[in-house]
Amino acid sequence: MYETNYHRASSIDDAVAQFAKGTDSKFLSGGQTLLPVMKQRLAAPSDVIDVAKIKDMIGIDVSGDTVTIKAATTHYDVAQSDAVQKAIPALANLASMIGDPAVRHRGTIGGSLANNDPAADYPAAVLALGAVVKTNKRSIAAEDFFKGLFSTALEDGEIITQVSFPVPAKAGYAKFPNPASRFALTGVFVAKTKSGDVRVVATGASQSGVMRVAPIEQALKANWAASALDAVTIPASGLLADIHGSADYRANLVKVMGQRAVTAAG
Amino acid sequence: MGVEGIGARVVRKEDRRFITGQGRYVDDVKMVGMSYAHFIRSPHAHAKVKGINSAEAMKMPGVIAVLTGQQIVDDKVGNLICGWAITSKDGSPMKMGAWPAMAPETVRFVGQAVAVVIAETKNQAKDAAEAVVVDYEELPAAADIKTAIKPGAPQLHPEAPGNIVYDWHLGDEAAVKDAFSKAANVVTLELTNNRLVPNAMEPRAAVAHYDQAEEHYTLYTTSQNPHVARLVLSAFYNIAPEHKLRVIAPDVGGGFGSKIYIYPEEMVALWASKKVGRPVKWTGDRSEAFLTDAHGRDHVSKAEMAFDKDNKILGLRVKTHANFGAYMSLFSSAVPTYLYATLLSGQYVIPAIYAEVIGVYTNTTPVDAYRGAGRPEASYLIERMMETAARQLKVDPAELRKKNFITAFPYQTPVIMAYDIGDFHASIDAAMKAIDYAGFPARKAKAKADGKLRGIGVSCYIEACGIAPSKAVGSLGAGVGLWESAEIRVNPVGTIEVLTGSHSHGQGHETTFCQIIAERLGVPISQVSIVHGDTDKVQFGMGTYGSRSLAVGGTAIVKAMEKVEAKAKKIAAHALEASESDIVIENGEFKVTGTDKSIALPMVALAAYTAHNLPDGMEPGLKETAFYDPTNFTFPAGAYICELEVDPGTGKTSFVNFVAADDFGRLINPMIVEGQVHGGLAQGIGQALLEGAVYDNTGQLVTASFMDYTMPRADDLPSFQLSHTTTLCPGNPLGVKGCGEAGAIGASAAVINAITDAIGNNKLEMPATPDRVWHAIHG
Ligand SMILES: Cc1cc2nc3c(=O)[nH]c(=O)nc-3n(C[C@H](O)[C@H](O)[C@H](O)COP(=O)(O)OP(=O)(O)OC[C@H]3O[C@@H](n4cnc5c(N)ncnc54)[C@H](O)[C@@H]3O)c2cc1C
Repeated sequence: MYETNYHRASSIDDAVAQFAKGTDSKFLSGGQTLLPVMKQRLAAPSDVIDVAKIKDMIGIDVSGDTVTIKAATTHYDVAQSDAVQKAIPALANLASMIGDPAVRHRGTIGGSLANNDPAADYPAAVLALGAVVKTNKRSIAAEDFFKGLFSTALEDGEIITQVSFPVPAKAGYAKFPNPASRFALTGVFVAKTKSGDVRVVATGASQSGVMRVAPIEQALKANWAASALDAVTIPASGLLADIHGSADYRANLVKVMGQRAVTAAG
Repeated sequence: MGVEGIGARVVRKEDRRFITGQGRYVDDVKMVGMSYAHFIRSPHAHAKVKGINSAEAMKMPGVIAVLTGQQIVDDKVGNLICGWAITSKDGSPMKMGAWPAMAPETVRFVGQAVAVVIAETKNQAKDAAEAVVVDYEELPAAADIKTAIKPGAPQLHPEAPGNIVYDWHLGDEAAVKDAFSKAANVVTLELTNNRLVPNAMEPRAAVAHYDQAEEHYTLYTTSQNPHVARLVLSAFYNIAPEHKLRVIAPDVGGGFGSKIYIYPEEMVALWASKKVGRPVKWTGDRSEAFLTDAHGRDHVSKAEMAFDKDNKILGLRVKTHANFGAYMSLFSSAVPTYLYATLLSGQYVIPAIYAEVIGVYTNTTPVDAYRGAGRPEASYLIERMMETAARQLKVDPAELRKKNFITAFPYQTPVIMAYDIGDFHASIDAAMKAIDYAGFPARKAKAKADGKLRGIGVSCYIEACGIAPSKAVGSLGAGVGLWESAEIRVNPVGTIEVLTGSHSHGQGHETTFCQIIAERLGVPISQVSIVHGDTDKVQFGMGTYGSRSLAVGGTAIVKAMEKVEAKAKKIAAHALEASESDIVIENGEFKVTGTDKSIALPMVALAAYTAHNLPDGMEPGLKETAFYDPTNFTFPAGAYICELEVDPGTGKTSFVNFVAADDFGRLINPMIVEGQVHGGLAQGIGQALLEGAVYDNTGQLVTASFMDYTMPRADDLPSFQLSHTTTLCPGNPLGVKGCGEAGAIGASAAVINAITDAIGNNKLEMPATPDRVWHAIHG
């Protein structure tokens, strides 16, 4: 690791102010992505602004039809939350499948979304549920937030403060983990909104990051059942291919995981 | 058996230290004035080093020196050696290219060191390394066997035309030809034995210190065999004569073979410590481990087996290409030859065998022995062959094996090995019973109704441990003897130190070896300590690998103990005024049989050291040494059966059951044996399902971290059902055979046989990832 200056921010405003002071600042939340990269000398921030202890950034709130998760809430806390388990069980289930216990006790939803790893789990839920990402500056709709591999709508120094998820009528997530990293080789999140809209999102599959899967959405709109996908074929073009999964294998996974997500959603 | 004697499930003495974080590993060693080394490694698989400019780096804070490959050559530090000479079919010696500790002219794999920075701190060394400019001229690379043996392929070493190290053979080609001409059926099989990265939990490390006053070096290193390291460093690398070099391998966190070898980094640390006049520490990180620890396996083979009309085997023909990587590592040449082809008879009567092995250079990390070393490759080939044959001949795979089992011992195979003892029917019967083999078809049908493909796979392995005797291995080209030494010191108050040339890096010697003493002398194991891993303390030793520590090292302890007992009996007889032949040892007492007269061991020991009243002419003291050279290998064997399900939607494999019936001879500590089997099975299953080192065609290691290299985790593995059938090894007084590698040797074939059974397609390579299995199902 290169030398860096560490600051523990006391508030969101403090974090933003500290960030502005550094020549090449980075927010640090759970550190599960940033720290390994720094240790390998692949990132060299001048200043690291730790947001994980800011009180206003930790916690879960369910009111009416909205689940709000503050950005520095850990995957573990989301997975264990009674309120999330009741309102959007698929979301708690997704959080329980991220990484391993050590990662879940440190890693946070804000860090995961800001990083937008093409194989991360949360982006699938955020996009499928039509969540809103709130920052210190604005509210960003899920559609506008993800911008391809490892890139988002966030501007330099903009900090995610919370994410609001509308409670769906039904939702399910099925993940096929990469055997080595345990990120999603392909994960599919299916949701039926209370107004009857169907949104299906695959993560880990596409070369351009988290993506909606139109053929599955159409099939499920007509018939919300796993068997409705039997006749669907997912094209392999544009899908990722690596030693763990060829593009045609991932295309198959999009369909199979989609079916399993529908079954899980009930 | 006493509560701590042979056969007792004694909790490991060393675990308190390890579990509470008090183990002392090489990286824990700190010395006054210590400096830190960081290596500059080639990013290219094949390139000329045209220049190294360290001017900027030398100006950076804390930098003590930047040393290059040319300097190490100029200082006449020897090239790395390969210690087993193999002769090709045509009688020519194997063809080896030079391997300097740091490359002065040409780099041949990604990760090969070209220079080293020595600085006050590790971070300063790393910072300065980034400022060293290395001018490379890239060359085309041959990253796999197929590419390397093609005409016109990039050539690695001028000494080895066509990238061929040797073209070796074993067995009787004419007899095999004859056998095939009489065959009713011939079964052929092509397979790959995938390359593995050892990944010991503790990365390699070295701390080197040169004492100018004494002209003496000390090296702390992560070694499985510190005496061999000293011998090689002294005799071949010109670091220092043996009496001026102390090698210490303290607690070592796993080796699996990868810490047998003397690597460039510890050579450079020693050399640099004298050059800079400071102790030098190098601790590798995980990325360096992936790139520079010797890898394992990597064979491509074609095999044919001939059967008569009654399904009895007539002959076996095997042609194997073995990938050695860019240089010949210390024991690499022996692995695909004398540790592989000699085991190709498996558990079967095969009247004629002929094996050809072609060793190939590629622009990849050097390959050497890794848990099992040659025997997993042999066992995988034979056991995949038996399963393939059963399917082709339409007979039950277990029955086909039984029909061909060796049943009379000793049995001379056509490929050197003479099996001393075994009972292969007993193992397979125990395994079949444990897994309810007969009930499998009903379970398969039920799984099918649930949408799952269920399969069962058998693997009957035999392996050879405690490679020996020295005279025989010498005649086959080994550069060392393969005996072991032990010294037993009974201290004046009766506590005991056992100095052994074996080295524990996870095997539990500090417990098992104490149990042997407890059994014989009736001393509690708390009164016994095991001393190992230090060339200044232990007389000599060949170290730990090839599951040799108990069969060879343990026997040396028994031999030393016999001498101690003989002397102690004389002292006891003298003290008790009895005849020496009437003295028996019971529960730590020397007794006169048939009387109530006795003297306890501490009193005998005290008498030996006070020397006030010893038999006439007897030397004082109670300390004996033994060197033990076995008469033969030992032959652990067993049967593994795996039952699993494949999800046809994803190709994912889930275990239903995995049973193991092993014959390791006598078990000293069954709990430790089970631990060894669990670990071995995890590695064997890891090879079958998860692990595989992958290079791209430019020679970059794609699987260079745990994000891409799938290490087995607890939830990837089933709960193992272990059992033992026992035939005592006749070759050593303990009757033991060795258990350290069996799991890794036998497990892979059981898994692949089960998957291919489940999916009804025999064409499947390791690792059988979900992607591969899904494609094998759906085309
Ligand atoms: C072994 C391992 C396994 C993993 N497995 C999975 C998995 O299965 N699925 C999965 O989805 N993920 C997985 N992860 C990633 C994990 O979920 C991380 O926690 C996550 O990607 C980053 O979150 P973090 O809180 O640790 O962020 P950090 O590492 O602290 O930060 C990541 C990035 O986000 C920025 N950032 C952090 N917080 C904010 C904020 N509030 N506003 C703006 N920018 C911010 C940082 O500046 C940095 O660029 C794994 C990680 C590891 C180490």
